Amino acid sequence: MKITVTVNGRKIQEDAACDLLLIDFLRAHGCLSVKRGCETSNCGLCTVMLDGRPVLSCSVLAVRADGRRVETLEGLQEEAEEFGAFIADQGAEQCGFCNPGLMMNAIALFRENPEPEEEEIKEYLAGNLCRCSGYEGQLRGIQAYLAWKKGVRS
Amino acid sequence: MLTIQNYVKAESLEQAYELNQKKSSRIIGGMLWLKMSRMRVQTAIDLSGLGLDTIEEEEDSFRIGSMVSLRQLEQHPGLAQSTDGSMRECLRHIVGVQFRNLATLGGSIFGRFGFSDVLTEFMALGAEVELYRGGRISLEQFAAMPADRDILVRVILPKEPGRCSYQSLRNSSTDFPVLACAVCAGENRAAAAAVGARPGRAVLVRDEEGILSAGITEKSAEEFGAYAAAKIRTGSNMRAGAGYRKHLAQVLVKRACLEIGGMQG
Repeated sequence: MKITVTVNGRKIQEDAACDLLLIDFLRAHGCLSVKRGCETSNCGLCTVMLDGRPVLSCSVLAVRADGRRVETLEGLQEEAEEFGAFIADQGAEQCGFCNPGLMMNAIALFRENPEPEEEEIKEYLAGNLCRCSGYEGQLRGIQAYLAWKKGVRS
Repeated sequence: MLTIQNYVKAESLEQAYELNQKKSSRIIGGMLWLKMSRMRVQTAIDLSGLGLDTIEEEEDSFRIGSMVSLRQLEQHPGLAQSTDGSMRECLRHIVGVQFRNLATLGGSIFGRFGFSDVLTEFMALGAEVELYRGGRISLEQFAAMPADRDILVRVILPKEPGRCSYQSLRNSSTDFPVLACAVCAGENRAAAAAVGARPGRAVLVRDEEGILSAGITEKSAEEFGAYAAAKIRTGSNMRAGAGYRKHLAQVLVKRACLEIGGMQG
């Protein structure tokens, strides 16, 4: 089926198989930040924004993205660099495999709720699994980023 | 791995219904559960072009399209108010925001999954389903029916003044519940508890003996918990044994009663 998907601002037209998953479509088009971690729609590693909302790209048919807008971490470099530095400062991650998914969902959280409480952060990011850490470093990094961002705004 | 030969974005419910009469066809909701199967689907039918992704609030009910996402339900202020906050509570533990942005109400309800928090909550709230051919029937009745090839169009949630509480227990955060329950008590209807993840499909237990009719106290909450637990059948699976679930049912129904009675914050 012929589809047109806007990926990080670039229109891509392609004849896609009916069962091609969005994650595989995106990876084939160079978005290698989008990763497959669990195969059970649970880990959050494959998170992308579909029309601005975070979704699991491993569970969306590429044909369902027809006519829609997809953003991956490759398209959010500015936000990613700014926020990622705070995660790195905490040495939060070991292998880093889960990082792009976490970054995407954290960015979705900041867009939806610029000043989340600790419980709100935990609840929003509960679907992003990390098997190296205990999430403490990521939480500290997020809180440090939010405090800095608040200072910049005021 | 799930394979799909043809994909059709339905242009009408009639078209979707006709296509769905073939055994090799499947309606795709959020596709989260379907994706885990090894099914070979000849025709995948997508209802997302039919305007069924809206929550319409009317005077006495909410008309919720089958393609409304769990996240939409979770964030809807009218539903939050009408369900005493229990709607959000039943949804927020389900995997993650990214999952709930995809999973649909229709998929959750039509699948009649044993583990379903959504089925449990909507059953306690006295919801009805609107089927393309089957018309309107109570969710309680629908949940007990075997799957057929009809199409779930909407779920109708009555607005009834009253109190509700949702309780679930999970072995780990974001996992399936070990047991789930929702208790609702209205001004115009007797209290009822829906118990799900038994691990079978949710069932409804009405307060037929009027245990709570004189008001909720520590004692009557305890009694109704025991009553509901005795009425349901529990089973064992990898998450918990039947006896443990029976005990949980009693405790969670009691806690839900205490919450709606204002005795537990």
